[in-house]
Amino acid sequence: VEEVLAAAEEQEAEKRRSVTVEKELELEFDLGNLLALDRNPPAAAGLRGAGPRREAVLRALARDNTQLLVAQLWELPAERAGGAGGPLVAQLPEPTFRLPREKPPPRPRPPTRWEQFARLKGIRKRKRTSLVWDEQAKEWRRRWGYRRAGGDPARAWLAEVPEGADPEEDQFARLRREKQERVARNELNRLRNLARAHRAGTAVPAAPLHPTGHQSREELGHVARVARVSTASLGRFQPRLPKESAEPPSRSSGKKRRFEPLLGNLAAERSRQLELLRDMGSKKPVLDITRAVNKQLRQEEAEAAAAKGKKQSRRGKRGRRQQRVGRSSKKSGPRRQQQQRPAASGG
Amino acid sequence: MDALERVVKPKTKRAKRFLEKREPKLKENTKNAMLIKGGNANSTVTEVLKDIYAVKKPFAILYKKKNITRPFEDQTSLEFFSKKSDCSLFLFGSHNKKRPNNLVLGRMFDYHVLDMIELGVEKFVSLKDVKNSKCPEGTKPMLIFAGDMFDVNEEYRRLKSLLIDFFRGPSVPSIRLAGLECVLHFTAVDGKIYMRSYKVLLKKSGCKIPRIELEEMGPSLDLVMRRTHLASDDLYKLSLKQPKALKPKKKKNISHDVFGTTYGRIHMQKQDLSKLQTRKMKGLKKRPAEKSAEGGGSKPKKSKSA
Repeated sequence: VEEVLAAAEEQEAEKRRSVTVEKELELEFDLGNLLALDRNPPAAAGLRGAGPRREAVLRALARDNTQLLVAQLWELPAERAGGAGGPLVAQLPEPTFRLPREKPPPRPRPPTRWEQFARLKGIRKRKRTSLVWDEQAKEWRRRWGYRRAGGDPARAWLAEVPEGADPEEDQFARLRREKQERVARNELNRLRNLARAHRAGTAVPAAPLHPTGHQSREELGHVARVARVSTASLGRFQPRLPKESAEPPSRSSGKKRRFEPLLGNLAAERSRQLELLRDMGSKKPVLDITRAVNKQLRQEEAEAAAAKGKKQSRRGKRGRRQQRVGRSSKKSGPRRQQQQRPAASGG
Repeated sequence: MDALERVVKPKTKRAKRFLEKREPKLKENTKNAMLIKGGNANSTVTEVLKDIYAVKKPFAILYKKKNITRPFEDQTSLEFFSKKSDCSLFLFGSHNKKRPNNLVLGRMFDYHVLDMIELGVEKFVSLKDVKNSKCPEGTKPMLIFAGDMFDVNEEYRRLKSLLIDFFRGPSVPSIRLAGLECVLHFTAVDGKIYMRSYKVLLKKSGCKIPRIELEEMGPSLDLVMRRTHLASDDLYKLSLKQPKALKPKKKKNISHDVFGTTYGRIHMQKQDLSKLQTRKMKGLKKRPAEKSAEGGGSKPKKSKSA
C-alpha cells in the first residue's frame, strides 16, 4: 500500500513540477492590474552578450515570471459566466498599486442662496410626476414641453384683463414682457450663484498681492492696507490719498487682540473704570437673556432642520404641527426662567 | 454637476454628455494616450509610435502630422493638445544627432505635465518583422517588471509607475482566464531597459494551473534612460490622493481571530421569555388528568407514537 501511495505522490509531484518555478525572492503581485514585480537581480552575464542568446535568456525569465503570475490568477475565485457552457471568468481584486489620478477629485460646490434658505427652513424637494392628466384632451400629457397639458402657450388666443389693470394696456405684450423679465432674473441669479461658488472655491487666504480684475471691494481694501504697512518704516512715511488716515493701521487693529497703551488717555481710563463699577453694582444683568436665548434658538432651529432633512421620512403637516408645538414650548420655557431669576436675585 | 455650472450652458444633450465625460469624477475614465511626432522624427521613431498605437488601441490617439516642439523646454503645446483631446498620457518621438531615436514618455495631472522621462531606442523590432500571430486589439496585457533597479533607483521607480499607467488598459472587475494572451515584460539590467511582448500559450499540465509557453510577438524595444523631468514630491502626492468616497467600506460587527475564525456579532431585541420556542419534551406535556382537572375540555386526542 505504501508503495502505491508513494507512486501516486511521485506522479503528483511530477505534474506540479512542470508548473512550479523556483525563485530567490518571492514576486510581488497586484492582480487587479495583472502586474507582477520581480525583485531578483537578473543574471547579468547571460544578458550582456548581444543577439539570440540574450533573447533566449530574456524569454526564459519572462516565461518563469509569467508562470508565477498565471498561477496566482488561477487561484482567484472563478465562475462560469453565462451558464454552464460559458467561459471561465475570474473575479479580480481591486488594484493595489497606487497610480496618480488624471484630474483632481471633484470638489463639492457651495450651496446656492435658495439651497441655503431651504436648508434653514427645512424645505425639501418635492418630486413631481412628469405626466399630468389633461381634462380637455382626456389623456396623460407632459407637464411641460412638446404637447403639454395646458395646451401650447404660444397659441393662447385669450388673455383676460386683470381687475386693477389699465383697460387700454396690451395684455399679450405684458405677458411676454413679464416672461422675459423672469428669464432674465433667473439667469442673473444663476450667474450670481456661479460667481459666488467660483469665489468661494478660489479664495486663497494668502492671496498674492497683485491685482486681477476680479477682486471684491473688501479684498482690495485689505490688500491696500497690507501693502501700506509692508515698507521698512512700517507705513509711516508713505504718500497717501487725501481722505486716508494719517497713522498707518496698527498691528492690533482686529477686534479681539487689541491692547490700549499703558500711559495714554487718563480720562478714558477713569471713565472706563467708573463704568465697570457701575455695572458691577447694578441689579440688572449685563447679559440680555432674551436676545441670547433667541439667538441660540435660531441656531438650533437651523441645525434641527438640517438633521431632520437627512433622517426623517416625510410626515407632512402632522410633523410640522408637532414641530411648532415643540418650539413654542421651548420658547416659553426660558422666558419663564428669566422671570423667575430676577425674583430670586431680588429676594 | 460641472457641465451645468458653466457660464454658457450646453444647449444639446450631446454637448452635455461630451462635457460630462471630461469633467473630474470620483471614478475616472481609462487614461488615453497621445502619440506625437516631433519636427525631425525618422522612420524608426515613427514605426515605434505606430506599434505602440496598435498595442494601446482604442485608448490612444496617433497624430499624423509632425509637430515642431521640444517637450523639455516648452510644455504649453503638449498641454494644449492634452486639453483638446482629453489625453493624460503622451509619447513624443523625435530624432537628432545628439539624441538619436528619442522617445519622451509622460503623463499629465489636471492638464499640466506631471512626469516626463526621455528614453532612447537602441534596438527596435517592429510588429511587422515578427511573423507570428498577434493578439486581438484591446486585450488587457499582463505586466511584469524584472530587476532590482526598478525598486532601488527613484527615477526607475517613476519609470515603472509611468509604464504601468501607460500600458495598463481599462480597470475591469473580472477577466476571462482563457483570454490572458498578451504579456509585456520589462527587464532593467546594466542601465538598459528591455521591453519584450510575448503571446501566451496555455498548455495542458497535470494540474489545474496550465503550463505557460511564450511566443515572441509584437514590438520589442531596448531602451536607455536619458533626461527626466519628474514632478516634485508634494505635487506627486497631491496627484495620488484619492477621495474618501472611494475607500472600501468596512463591514461592521465582523472580526477575525488569530486562527482565522470569523466572528460575527448579532444584536437582538428583548425577547418575551414566556413565548420562547423551545424543544418539546413529551414527558413534560400536561397529562389528560391534569388538563381535565384545570377546566373540562374536549377529549384529548391519542398521541401518535413511533
